[in-house]
Amino acid sequence: MINLFKVKAKQRETAENVNGKAPVKKQTAGELRLHKDISELNLPKSCTISFPNGKDDLMNFEVTIRPDEGYYIGGTFLFSFQVPSVYPHEPPKVKCKTKVYHPNIDLEGNVCLNILREDWKPVLNINTVIYGLFHLFTQPNYEDPLNHDAAAVLRDNPKMFESNVRRAMAGGYVGQTFFPRCIS
Amino acid sequence: MDRIDVTNPIVNFLFSLLEDVGKPKAEVAAKRVMERLSGVNIVPHFCRIEDKDLDFYNDFNIIVLGLDSVEARSYINAVACSFLEYDANDNPKEETIKPMVDGGTEGFKGHARVIIPGVTPCFECTIWLFPPQVKFPLCTLAETPRTAAHCIEYAHLIKWDEVHSGKTFDPDNPEHMQWVYTEAVKRAELFGIPGVTYSLTQGVVKNIIPAIASTNAIISAACALETLKIVSGCSKTLSNYMTYNGVEGVHIKVTEFVRDKDCLVCGPGVLIELDTSCTLQKFIDMVKEHPKLQLSKASVTYQGKNLYMQAPPVLEEMTRANLTESLFDLMRRVPSGTVHVTGTTSENGKKTSGVRKLRVAFKGVDGIADMDTAGGA
Repeated sequence: MINLFKVKAKQRETAENVNGKAPVKKQTAGELRLHKDISELNLPKSCTISFPNGKDDLMNFEVTIRPDEGYYIGGTFLFSFQVPSVYPHEPPKVKCKTKVYHPNIDLEGNVCLNILREDWKPVLNINTVIYGLFHLFTQPNYEDPLNHDAAAVLRDNPKMFESNVRRAMAGGYVGQTFFPRCIS
Repeated sequence: MDRIDVTNPIVNFLFSLLEDVGKPKAEVAAKRVMERLSGVNIVPHFCRIEDKDLDFYNDFNIIVLGLDSVEARSYINAVACSFLEYDANDNPKEETIKPMVDGGTEGFKGHARVIIPGVTPCFECTIWLFPPQVKFPLCTLAETPRTAAHCIEYAHLIKWDEVHSGKTFDPDNPEHMQWVYTEAVKRAELFGIPGVTYSLTQGVVKNIIPAIASTNAIISAACALETLKIVSGCSKTLSNYMTYNGVEGVHIKVTEFVRDKDCLVCGPGVLIELDTSCTLQKFIDMVKEHPKLQLSKASVTYQGKNLYMQAPPVLEEMTRANLTESLFDLMRRVPSGTVHVTGTTSENGKKTSGVRKLRVAFKGVDGIADMDTAGGA
Protein backbone atom coordinates (compact mmCIF):
# COMPACT_ATOMS: atom_id res chain seq x y z
CA MET A 1 0.00 0.00 0.00
CA ILE A 2 1.29 3.42 -0.87
CA ASN A 3 1.44 5.98 1.85
CA LEU A 4 0.13 9.05 0.11
CA PHE A 5 0.99 11.36 2.98
CA LYS A 6 4.61 10.38 2.70
CA VAL A 7 4.32 11.05 -1.03
CA LYS A 8 2.94 14.50 -0.38
CA ALA A 9 5.80 15.39 1.95
CA LYS A 10 8.35 14.31 -0.61
CA GLN A 11 6.64 16.38 -3.27
CA ARG A 12 6.91 19.49 -1.18
CA GLU A 13 10.58 18.80 -0.74
CA THR A 14 11.19 18.33 -4.47
CA ALA A 15 9.09 21.36 -5.32
CA GLU A 16 11.40 23.42 -3.14
CA ASN A 17 14.44 21.92 -4.77
CA VAL A 18 13.39 22.41 -8.36
CA ASN A 19 12.41 26.01 -7.91
CA GLY A 20 14.12 28.09 -10.55
CA LYS A 21 15.33 25.04 -12.45
CA ALA A 22 14.55 24.87 -16.14
CA PRO A 23 11.94 22.18 -16.95
CA VAL A 24 13.39 18.95 -18.23
CA LYS A 25 12.66 18.25 -21.86
CA LYS A 26 10.63 15.08 -22.15
CA GLN A 27 11.79 12.42 -24.54
CA THR A 28 8.97 10.10 -25.55
CA ALA A 29 9.31 6.36 -26.04
CA GLY A 30 8.54 7.09 -29.69
CA GLU A 31 11.47 9.46 -29.97
CA LEU A 32 13.78 6.88 -28.43
CA ARG A 33 12.64 4.19 -30.82
CA LEU A 34 13.18 6.61 -33.70
CA HIS A 35 16.64 7.38 -32.34
CA LYS A 36 17.39 3.68 -32.64
CA ASP A 37 15.99 3.50 -36.18
CA ILE A 38 18.03 6.48 -37.31
CA SER A 39 21.25 5.35 -35.66
CA GLU A 40 20.96 2.04 -37.48
CA LEU A 41 20.09 3.41 -40.93
CA ASN A 42 21.76 1.57 -43.72
CA LEU A 43 20.81 3.33 -46.93
CA PRO A 44 21.64 2.46 -50.50
CA LYS A 45 23.99 4.88 -52.29
CA SER A 46 21.07 6.33 -54.20
CA CYS A 47 19.35 7.58 -51.00
CA THR A 48 20.47 10.36 -48.69
CA ILE A 49 18.90 11.74 -45.54
CA SER A 50 19.03 15.23 -44.08
CA PHE A 51 17.76 16.92 -40.93
CA PRO A 52 16.56 20.46 -41.70
CA ASN A 53 16.06 21.26 -38.00
CA GLY A 54 19.51 20.07 -36.95
CA LYS A 55 20.85 17.00 -35.18
CA ASP A 56 18.39 17.06 -32.28
CA ASP A 57 15.13 16.95 -34.23
CA LEU A 58 14.88 13.46 -35.64
CA MET A 59 11.08 13.55 -35.87
CA ASN A 60 11.19 15.67 -39.03
CA PHE A 61 13.59 14.79 -41.81
CA GLU A 62 13.97 14.60 -45.56
CA VAL A 63 15.07 11.78 -47.78
CA THR A 64 16.38 12.27 -51.30
CA ILE A 65 16.13 9.38 -53.73
CA ARG A 66 18.12 9.28 -56.98
CA PRO A 67 17.01 6.11 -58.78
CA ASP A 68 19.92 4.34 -60.50
CA GLU A 69 17.78 2.14 -62.73
CA GLY A 70 14.34 1.97 -64.31
CA TYR A 71 12.09 4.67 -65.75
CA TYR A 72 13.17 7.29 -63.25
CA ILE A 73 16.95 6.99 -63.62
CA GLY A 74 18.64 10.38 -63.36
CA GLY A 75 15.80 12.05 -61.43
CA THR A 76 16.05 13.49 -57.93
CA PHE A 77 13.02 13.05 -55.66
CA LEU A 78 12.61 14.63 -52.24
CA PHE A 79 10.40 13.12 -49.54
CA SER A 80 9.46 14.69 -46.21
CA PHE A 81 9.02 12.46 -43.16
CA GLN A 82 7.00 13.45 -40.12
CA VAL A 83 7.17 10.93 -37.30
CA PRO A 84 4.31 10.97 -34.75
CA SER A 85 5.05 10.87 -31.01
CA VAL A 86 3.35 7.46 -30.75
CA TYR A 87 5.75 5.97 -33.30
CA PRO A 88 6.05 3.02 -34.00
CA HIS A 89 2.44 2.46 -32.98
CA GLU A 90 1.64 4.75 -35.89
CA PRO A 91 3.63 4.95 -39.14
CA PRO A 92 5.57 8.05 -40.22
CA LYS A 93 3.73 10.50 -42.48
CA VAL A 94 5.54 10.66 -45.79
CA LYS A 95 4.97 13.16 -48.61
CA CYS A 96 6.73 13.50 -51.94
CA LYS A 97 7.88 17.12 -52.26
CA THR A 98 8.92 16.74 -55.89
CA LYS A 99 6.06 16.84 -58.38
CA VAL A 100 6.30 13.55 -60.19
CA TYR A 101 4.51 11.71 -62.99
CA HIS A 102 4.04 8.39 -61.22
CA PRO A 103 1.13 5.92 -60.97
CA ASN A 104 1.49 5.56 -57.17
CA ILE A 105 2.17 9.18 -56.23
CA ASP A 106 -0.42 11.86 -56.84
CA LEU A 107 0.20 15.49 -57.80
CA GLU A 108 -0.26 16.56 -54.14
CA GLY A 109 2.60 14.30 -53.09
CA ASN A 110 0.46 11.58 -51.48
CA VAL A 111 2.19 8.23 -51.73
CA CYS A 112 0.38 4.91 -52.08
CA LEU A 113 2.73 2.51 -50.37
CA ASN A 114 1.10 -0.29 -48.37
CA ILE A 115 3.55 -0.19 -45.46
CA LEU A 116 2.78 3.50 -44.91
CA ARG A 117 -0.88 2.77 -44.19
CA GLU A 118 -2.79 -0.49 -44.11
CA ASP A 119 0.22 -2.80 -43.74
CA TRP A 120 2.24 -0.74 -41.25
CA LYS A 121 3.54 -2.82 -38.31
CA PRO A 122 5.61 -1.62 -35.37
CA VAL A 123 8.37 -4.07 -36.33
CA LEU A 124 8.93 -2.10 -39.54
CA ASN A 125 11.26 0.88 -39.37
CA ILE A 126 12.47 3.96 -41.21
CA ASN A 127 14.90 1.88 -43.24
CA THR A 128 12.09 -0.35 -44.56
CA VAL A 129 10.02 2.69 -45.50
CA ILE A 130 12.91 4.25 -47.44
CA TYR A 131 13.51 0.97 -49.27
CA GLY A 132 9.79 0.84 -50.03
CA LEU A 133 9.90 4.31 -51.55
CA PHE A 134 13.00 3.40 -53.55
CA HIS A 135 11.15 0.35 -54.83
CA LEU A 136 8.29 2.54 -56.12
CA PHE A 137 10.73 4.13 -58.58
CA THR A 138 12.21 0.88 -59.82
CA GLN A 139 8.85 -0.93 -59.94
CA PRO A 140 5.97 1.51 -60.46
CA ASN A 141 2.74 -0.40 -60.09
CA TYR A 142 -0.31 0.31 -62.25
CA GLU A 143 -2.56 -1.94 -60.16
CA ASP A 144 -2.72 0.42 -57.17
CA PRO A 145 -2.97 3.81 -58.83
CA LEU A 146 -3.16 7.23 -57.24
CA ASN A 147 -2.45 8.97 -60.52
CA HIS A 148 -5.01 7.22 -62.66
CA ASP A 149 -3.79 8.59 -66.03
CA ALA A 150 -0.18 7.63 -65.43
CA ALA A 151 -1.27 4.12 -64.36
CA ALA A 152 -3.37 3.62 -67.49
CA VAL A 153 -0.50 4.69 -69.73
CA LEU A 154 1.96 2.40 -67.92
CA ARG A 155 -0.43 -0.53 -68.31
CA ASP A 156 -1.42 0.04 -71.94
CA ASN A 157 1.64 1.63 -73.46
CA PRO A 158 4.89 1.30 -71.49
CA LYS A 159 6.90 2.99 -74.29
CA MET A 160 4.72 6.06 -74.05
CA PHE A 161 4.90 5.94 -70.25
CA GLU A 162 8.67 5.99 -70.50
CA SER A 163 8.65 9.03 -72.77
CA ASN A 164 6.10 10.79 -70.52
CA VAL A 165 8.36 10.19 -67.51
CA ARG A 166 11.38 11.55 -69.39
CA ARG A 167 9.40 14.62 -70.47
CA ALA A 168 8.12 15.28 -66.94
CA MET A 169 11.56 14.85 -65.37
CA ALA A 170 13.20 17.15 -67.94
CA GLY A 171 10.64 19.82 -67.01
CA GLY A 172 7.57 19.94 -69.23
CA TYR A 173 3.94 19.13 -69.73
CA VAL A 174 2.31 15.71 -69.70
CA GLY A 175 -1.26 16.36 -70.81
CA GLN A 176 -2.42 19.47 -68.94
CA THR A 177 0.00 19.10 -66.07
CA PHE A 178 3.34 20.85 -65.81
CA PHE A 179 6.19 19.09 -64.01
CA PRO A 180 9.24 21.08 -62.88
CA ARG A 181 12.63 19.72 -63.91
CA CYS A 182 14.09 17.17 -61.50
CA ILE A 183 17.13 15.95 -63.42
CA SER A 184 20.44 17.40 -62.31
CA MET B 1 -9.91 20.73 -24.20
CA ASP B 2 -13.14 19.63 -25.81
CA ARG B 3 -16.29 21.65 -26.00
CA ILE B 4 -19.72 20.06 -25.64
CA ASP B 5 -21.17 18.75 -28.88
CA VAL B 6 -24.90 18.23 -29.51
CA THR B 7 -24.41 14.48 -29.28
CA ASN B 8 -22.71 14.58 -25.85
CA PRO B 9 -25.71 15.19 -23.55
CA ILE B 10 -27.26 11.93 -24.71
CA VAL B 11 -24.41 9.88 -23.27
CA ASN B 12 -23.22 12.16 -20.51
CA PHE B 13 -25.66 12.96 -17.75
CA LEU B 14 -23.65 15.98 -16.62
CA PHE B 15 -24.40 17.92 -19.78
CA SER B 16 -27.66 19.58 -20.75
CA LEU B 17 -28.76 19.86 -24.34
CA LEU B 18 -30.49 23.18 -23.75
CA GLU B 19 -27.79 25.09 -21.92
CA ASP B 20 -24.40 23.56 -22.47
CA VAL B 21 -23.71 22.94 -26.15
CA GLY B 22 -20.55 24.77 -27.16
CA LYS B 23 -19.24 25.24 -23.62
CA PRO B 24 -16.00 23.65 -22.38
CA LYS B 25 -16.70 20.12 -21.11
CA ALA B 26 -14.37 20.45 -18.13
CA GLU B 27 -16.03 23.60 -16.81
CA VAL B 28 -19.59 22.32 -17.15
CA ALA B 29 -18.78 18.92 -15.65
CA ALA B 30 -17.09 20.54 -12.65
CA LYS B 31 -20.02 22.88 -12.09
CA ARG B 32 -22.64 20.12 -12.31
CA VAL B 33 -20.86 17.79 -9.90
CA MET B 34 -20.40 20.58 -7.38
CA GLU B 35 -24.09 21.48 -7.66
CA ARG B 36 -25.10 17.91 -7.00
CA LEU B 37 -22.67 17.07 -4.19
CA SER B 38 -22.02 19.50 -1.41
CA GLY B 39 -18.49 19.70 -0.02
CA VAL B 40 -16.88 18.71 -3.28
CA ASN B 41 -14.35 21.11 -4.72
CA ILE B 42 -13.36 20.72 -8.38
CA VAL B 43 -11.07 23.07 -10.27
CA PRO B 44 -11.55 22.71 -14.03
CA HIS B 45 -8.70 23.46 -16.45
CA PHE B 46 -9.78 24.09 -20.01
CA CYS B 47 -6.51 23.55 -21.87
CA ARG B 48 -4.34 20.92 -23.53
CA ILE B 49 -2.73 18.39 -21.16
CA GLU B 50 0.66 19.30 -22.65
CA ASP B 51 0.17 22.94 -21.64
CA LYS B 52 0.58 22.18 -17.95
CA ASP B 53 4.14 21.93 -16.65
CA LEU B 54 5.55 19.10 -14.55
CA ASP B 55 5.07 21.01 -11.30
CA PHE B 56 1.35 21.14 -11.97
CA TYR B 57 1.12 17.35 -12.25
CA ASN B 58 3.52 16.78 -9.38
CA ASP B 59 1.14 18.60 -7.09
CA PHE B 60 -1.42 15.77 -7.24
CA ASN B 61 -1.40 12.57 -5.18
CA ILE B 62 -3.08 10.53 -7.85
CA ILE B 63 -3.94 11.02 -11.50
CA VAL B 64 -7.20 9.62 -12.90
CA LEU B 65 -7.30 9.52 -16.70
CA GLY B 66 -10.39 9.99 -18.81
CA LEU B 67 -8.54 10.33 -22.10
CA ASP B 68 -9.48 9.34 -25.62
CA SER B 69 -6.26 8.39 -27.35
CA VAL B 70 -3.14 6.29 -27.10
CA GLU B 71 -1.12 9.44 -27.62
CA ALA B 72 -2.61 11.34 -24.66
CA ARG B 73 -2.30 8.32 -22.34
CA SER B 74 1.28 7.81 -23.37
CA TYR B 75 2.00 11.46 -22.59
CA ILE B 76 0.49 11.50 -19.09
CA ASN B 77 2.07 8.13 -18.34
CA ALA B 78 5.48 9.56 -19.21
CA VAL B 79 4.80 12.57 -16.99
CA ALA B 80 3.75 10.44 -14.00
CA CYS B 81 6.71 8.07 -14.47
CA SER B 82 9.12 10.99 -14.69
CA PHE B 83 8.62 11.62 -10.95
CA LEU B 84 9.63 8.05 -10.13
CA GLU B 85 13.05 7.49 -8.58
CA TYR B 86 14.88 4.25 -7.80
CA ASP B 87 17.31 3.50 -5.01
CA ALA B 88 20.73 1.89 -5.48
CA ASN B 89 19.12 -1.58 -5.44
CA ASP B 90 16.72 -0.69 -8.25
CA ASN B 91 13.74 -0.58 -5.91
CA PRO B 92 11.29 2.26 -6.49
CA LYS B 93 11.36 4.97 -3.84
CA GLU B 94 7.83 4.87 -2.48
CA GLU B 95 7.57 8.60 -1.92
CA THR B 96 8.18 9.27 -5.63
CA ILE B 97 5.40 7.01 -6.90
CA LYS B 98 2.51 8.79 -8.63
CA PRO B 99 -0.35 6.29 -9.07
CA MET B 100 -2.68 6.51 -12.05
CA VAL B 101 -6.13 5.10 -12.70
CA ASP B 102 -7.03 4.84 -16.37
CA GLY B 103 -10.40 4.14 -17.94
CA GLY B 104 -11.66 4.03 -21.48
CA THR B 105 -14.68 2.89 -23.46
CA GLU B 106 -15.49 2.05 -27.05
CA GLY B 107 -19.14 1.34 -27.65
CA PHE B 108 -20.09 -1.63 -25.47
CA LYS B 109 -16.50 -2.37 -24.45
CA GLY B 110 -14.34 -0.74 -21.84
CA HIS B 111 -11.39 -1.07 -19.53
CA ALA B 112 -10.20 0.23 -16.19
CA ARG B 113 -6.68 -0.19 -14.92
CA VAL B 114 -4.44 0.81 -12.08
CA ILE B 115 -0.92 1.94 -12.87
CA ILE B 116 1.50 2.24 -9.98
CA PRO B 117 4.76 3.27 -11.64
CA GLY B 118 7.66 1.07 -10.59
CA VAL B 119 5.25 -1.54 -9.15
CA THR B 120 2.68 -2.45 -11.81
CA PRO B 121 3.11 -2.18 -15.60
CA CYS B 122 2.97 1.35 -16.93
CA PHE B 123 1.10 2.31 -20.07
CA GLU B 124 4.22 1.93 -22.20
CA CYS B 125 5.00 -1.58 -20.83
CA THR B 126 1.84 -2.89 -22.48
CA ILE B 127 1.39 -0.54 -25.42
CA TRP B 128 1.52 -3.58 -27.70
CA LEU B 129 -1.98 -4.42 -26.40
CA PHE B 130 -3.46 -1.86 -28.76
CA PRO B 131 -4.32 -3.08 -32.21
CA PRO B 132 -3.20 -0.74 -34.97
CA GLN B 133 -5.82 1.64 -36.29
CA VAL B 134 -7.70 0.51 -39.35
CA LYS B 135 -6.28 2.37 -42.33
CA PHE B 136 -7.48 2.10 -45.89
CA PRO B 137 -5.00 2.02 -48.78
CA LEU B 138 -4.86 5.45 -50.44
CA CYS B 139 -5.30 3.88 -53.86
CA THR B 140 -8.55 2.24 -52.75
CA LEU B 141 -9.81 5.64 -51.64
CA ALA B 142 -8.72 7.22 -54.90
CA GLU B 143 -9.82 4.51 -57.28
CA THR B 144 -12.21 1.92 -55.94
CA PRO B 145 -14.22 3.19 -52.95
CA ARG B 146 -16.67 0.56 -51.73
CA THR B 147 -17.92 1.89 -48.39
CA ALA B 148 -19.15 5.16 -46.91
CA ALA B 149 -15.96 5.30 -44.82
CA HIS B 150 -13.87 5.13 -48.02
CA CYS B 151 -15.72 8.19 -49.39
CA ILE B 152 -15.16 10.12 -46.15
CA GLU B 153 -11.47 9.27 -46.00
CA TYR B 154 -11.12 10.30 -49.64
CA ALA B 155 -12.51 13.75 -48.85
CA HIS B 156 -10.42 13.98 -45.68
CA LEU B 157 -7.06 12.70 -46.92
CA ILE B 158 -6.96 13.41 -50.66
CA LYS B 159 -9.55 15.98 -51.68
CA TRP B 160 -8.77 18.35 -48.79
CA ASP B 161 -5.12 18.74 -49.84
CA GLU B 162 -6.07 19.14 -53.48
CA VAL B 163 -8.38 22.05 -52.73
CA HIS B 164 -6.78 23.66 -49.67
CA SER B 165 -3.11 23.47 -50.60
CA GLY B 166 -0.99 24.00 -47.52
CA LYS B 167 -3.85 24.50 -45.08
CA THR B 168 -3.97 21.73 -42.47
CA PHE B 169 -7.25 20.05 -41.69
CA ASP B 170 -8.49 20.65 -38.15
CA PRO B 171 -10.90 17.93 -36.97
CA ASP B 172 -12.17 20.22 -34.19
CA ASN B 173 -13.24 22.92 -36.64
CA PRO B 174 -16.93 22.37 -37.55
CA GLU B 175 -16.50 24.20 -40.88
CA HIS B 176 -13.73 21.83 -41.88
CA MET B 177 -15.81 18.84 -40.85
CA GLN B 178 -18.80 20.13 -42.79
CA TRP B 179 -16.63 20.55 -45.89
CA VAL B 180 -15.37 16.98 -45.64
CA TYR B 181 -18.92 15.74 -45.13
CA THR B 182 -20.22 17.59 -48.22
CA GLU B 183 -17.38 16.28 -50.36
CA ALA B 184 -17.90 12.74 -49.04
CA VAL B 185 -21.59 12.91 -49.98
CA LYS B 186 -20.69 13.99 -53.54
CA ARG B 187 -18.22 11.14 -53.84
CA ALA B 188 -20.70 8.61 -52.45
CA GLU B 189 -23.31 9.74 -54.99
CA LEU B 190 -20.80 9.36 -57.81
CA PHE B 191 -20.13 5.75 -56.86
CA GLY B 192 -23.67 4.95 -55.71
CA ILE B 193 -22.60 4.24 -52.12
CA PRO B 194 -25.18 4.81 -49.34
CA GLY B 195 -24.64 5.70 -45.71
CA VAL B 196 -22.56 8.89 -45.52
CA THR B 197 -23.82 10.97 -42.60
CA TYR B 198 -22.33 13.86 -40.65
CA SER B 199 -21.87 11.78 -37.51
CA LEU B 200 -20.25 8.96 -39.46
CA THR B 201 -17.93 11.56 -40.98
CA GLN B 202 -16.94 12.72 -37.50
CA GLY B 203 -16.56 9.11 -36.42
CA VAL B 204 -14.28 8.12 -39.30
CA VAL B 205 -12.16 11.27 -39.32
CA LYS B 206 -11.69 11.45 -35.55
CA ASN B 207 -11.67 7.69 -35.22
CA ILE B 208 -14.58 7.77 -32.80
CA ILE B 209 -16.81 4.88 -31.92
CA PRO B 210 -20.23 5.93 -30.59
CA ALA B 211 -20.29 6.15 -26.79
CA ILE B 212 -22.77 4.10 -24.79
CA ALA B 213 -23.98 5.65 -21.52
CA SER B 214 -24.11 2.35 -19.61
CA THR B 215 -20.53 1.43 -20.56
CA ASN B 216 -19.32 4.87 -19.49
CA ALA B 217 -21.14 4.54 -16.18
CA ILE B 218 -19.66 1.11 -15.42
CA ILE B 219 -16.13 2.13 -16.31
CA SER B 220 -16.24 5.44 -14.47
CA ALA B 221 -17.62 3.66 -11.40
CA ALA B 222 -14.75 1.16 -11.55
CA CYS B 223 -12.24 4.04 -11.85
CA ALA B 224 -13.82 5.93 -8.96
CA LEU B 225 -13.70 2.81 -6.78
CA GLU B 226 -10.03 2.15 -7.55
CA THR B 227 -9.21 5.78 -6.84
CA LEU B 228 -11.01 5.57 -3.50
CA LYS B 229 -9.06 2.41 -2.64
CA ILE B 230 -5.73 4.04 -3.41
CA VAL B 231 -6.53 7.26 -1.56
CA SER B 232 -8.03 5.66 1.54
CA GLY B 233 -6.15 2.40 1.64
CA CYS B 234 -9.44 0.71 2.50
CA SER B 235 -8.81 -2.27 0.24
CA LYS B 236 -6.35 -3.83 -2.19
CA THR B 237 -6.52 -2.31 -5.65
CA LEU B 238 -7.40 -4.06 -8.85
CA SER B 239 -4.39 -5.96 -10.11
CA ASN B 240 -4.19 -4.57 -12.55
CA TYR B 241 -6.29 -4.43 -15.73
CA MET B 242 -10.03 -4.95 -15.95
CA THR B 243 -11.79 -5.44 -19.24
CA TYR B 244 -15.53 -5.14 -19.67
CA ASN B 245 -17.45 -6.42 -22.66
CA GLY B 246 -21.18 -5.84 -22.90
CA VAL B 247 -21.64 -6.69 -26.57
CA GLU B 248 -23.38 -9.99 -25.82
CA GLY B 249 -24.36 -10.43 -22.20
CA VAL B 250 -21.81 -9.08 -19.76
CA HIS B 251 -18.28 -10.30 -19.49
CA ILE B 252 -15.77 -8.88 -17.04
CA LYS B 253 -12.25 -10.11 -16.53
CA VAL B 254 -9.25 -8.90 -14.58
CA THR B 255 -5.86 -9.68 -15.99
CA GLU B 256 -2.63 -9.17 -14.13
CA PHE B 257 -0.20 -7.85 -16.68
CA VAL B 258 3.48 -7.86 -15.86
CA ARG B 259 6.01 -5.08 -16.13
CA ASP B 260 8.53 -4.87 -18.92
CA LYS B 261 11.72 -4.91 -16.87
CA ASP B 262 13.52 -2.97 -19.58
CA CYS B 263 10.70 -0.44 -20.05
CA LEU B 264 12.22 2.83 -21.14
CA VAL B 265 9.57 4.84 -19.36
CA CYS B 266 9.07 3.19 -15.94
CA GLY B 267 12.05 0.84 -15.67
CA PRO B 268 15.01 1.60 -13.40
CA GLY B 269 17.59 1.41 -16.16
CA VAL B 270 21.15 0.34 -15.50
CA LEU B 271 22.99 2.35 -12.87
CA ILE B 272 26.46 3.44 -13.94
CA GLU B 273 28.92 5.43 -11.87
CA LEU B 274 31.43 7.55 -13.73
CA ASP B 275 34.31 9.89 -13.02
CA THR B 276 33.59 13.43 -14.06
CA SER B 277 36.58 13.22 -16.41
CA CYS B 278 35.16 10.28 -18.40
CA THR B 279 34.92 11.21 -22.09
CA LEU B 280 31.99 10.25 -24.28
CA GLN B 281 34.29 7.90 -26.22
CA LYS B 282 35.36 6.16 -23.01
CA PHE B 283 31.71 5.92 -21.97
CA ILE B 284 30.78 4.27 -25.29
CA ASP B 285 33.65 1.78 -24.83
CA MET B 286 32.48 1.08 -21.30
CA VAL B 287 28.89 0.40 -22.44
CA LYS B 288 30.30 -2.25 -24.76
CA GLU B 289 32.13 -4.00 -21.92
CA HIS B 290 29.49 -3.57 -19.21
CA PRO B 291 28.17 -7.03 -18.28
CA LYS B 292 24.56 -5.85 -18.05
CA LEU B 293 24.67 -3.99 -21.37
CA GLN B 294 27.27 -5.26 -23.84
CA LEU B 295 26.04 -2.81 -26.40
CA SER B 296 28.39 -2.26 -29.28
CA LYS B 297 28.19 0.60 -31.77
CA ALA B 298 26.38 2.72 -29.22
CA SER B 299 24.62 5.97 -30.06
CA VAL B 300 23.91 8.21 -27.07
CA THR B 301 21.09 10.64 -26.38
CA TYR B 302 20.43 12.80 -23.32
CA GLN B 303 17.19 14.76 -22.78
CA GLY B 304 16.50 15.09 -26.48
CA LYS B 305 20.08 16.04 -27.36
CA ASN B 306 21.89 13.56 -29.54
CA LEU B 307 25.38 13.35 -28.06
CA TYR B 308 26.67 10.81 -30.55
CA MET B 309 25.08 9.05 -33.53
CA GLN B 310 26.78 6.11 -35.25
CA ALA B 311 24.71 6.63 -38.40
CA PRO B 312 23.73 8.15 -40.79
CA PRO B 313 27.03 9.76 -41.85
CA VAL B 314 25.54 13.27 -41.78
CA LEU B 315 24.67 12.93 -38.07
CA GLU B 316 27.87 11.05 -37.20
CA GLU B 317 29.83 14.00 -38.57
CA MET B 318 27.76 16.53 -36.63
CA THR B 319 28.21 14.69 -33.32
CA ARG B 320 31.78 13.38 -33.71
CA ALA B 321 33.38 16.32 -31.92
CA ASN B 322 31.53 15.33 -28.72
CA LEU B 323 33.52 12.08 -28.42
CA THR B 324 36.49 13.82 -26.83
CA GLU B 325 34.34 15.92 -24.48
CA SER B 326 33.60 14.68 -20.98
CA LEU B 327 30.13 13.24 -20.50
CA PHE B 328 29.83 15.33 -17.34
CA ASP B 329 30.14 18.53 -19.38
CA LEU B 330 27.85 17.21 -22.12
CA MET B 331 25.22 16.57 -19.46
CA ARG B 332 25.62 20.15 -18.28
CA ARG B 333 27.32 19.12 -15.04
CA VAL B 334 24.33 17.48 -13.35
CA PRO B 335 25.23 15.07 -10.51
CA SER B 336 23.16 12.33 -12.13
CA GLY B 337 20.80 11.86 -15.02
CA THR B 338 19.17 9.47 -17.45
CA VAL B 339 20.92 8.70 -20.70
CA HIS B 340 19.56 6.48 -23.45
CA VAL B 341 21.83 4.32 -25.52
CA THR B 342 21.03 2.36 -28.66
CA GLY B 343 23.28 -0.28 -30.10
CA THR B 344 23.62 -3.96 -30.89
CA THR B 345 24.10 -6.88 -28.55
CA SER B 346 24.97 -10.39 -29.56
CA GLU B 347 23.53 -13.28 -27.63
CA ASN B 348 24.41 -16.83 -28.66
CA GLY B 349 25.82 -15.48 -31.90
CA LYS B 350 22.53 -13.73 -32.72
CA LYS B 351 22.71 -9.98 -33.12
CA THR B 352 19.86 -7.87 -31.86
CA SER B 353 19.57 -4.14 -31.47
CA GLY B 354 17.89 -2.22 -28.74
CA VAL B 355 17.50 0.93 -26.71
CA ARG B 356 18.66 0.90 -23.09
CA LYS B 357 18.14 3.32 -20.30
CA LEU B 358 21.12 4.23 -18.14
CA ARG B 359 21.15 6.07 -14.85
CA VAL B 360 24.45 7.86 -14.89
CA ALA B 361 25.77 9.14 -11.58
CA PHE B 362 29.01 11.09 -11.30
CA LYS B 363 31.34 10.22 -8.47
CA GLY B 364 32.04 12.85 -5.91
CA VAL B 365 29.45 15.32 -7.14
CA ASP B 366 26.97 16.38 -4.51
CA GLY B 367 23.65 18.02 -5.01
CA ILE B 368 20.09 17.18 -5.73
CA ALA B 369 19.35 14.29 -8.01
CA ASP B 370 18.18 14.98 -11.52
CA MET B 371 14.39 15.02 -11.61
CA ASP B 372 14.33 12.79 -14.63
CA THR B 373 16.00 9.78 -13.06
CA ALA B 374 13.26 7.31 -13.82
CA GLY B 375 11.07 8.68 -16.55
CA GLY B 376 13.59 9.88 -19.02
CA ALA B 377 10.64 10.00 -21.32
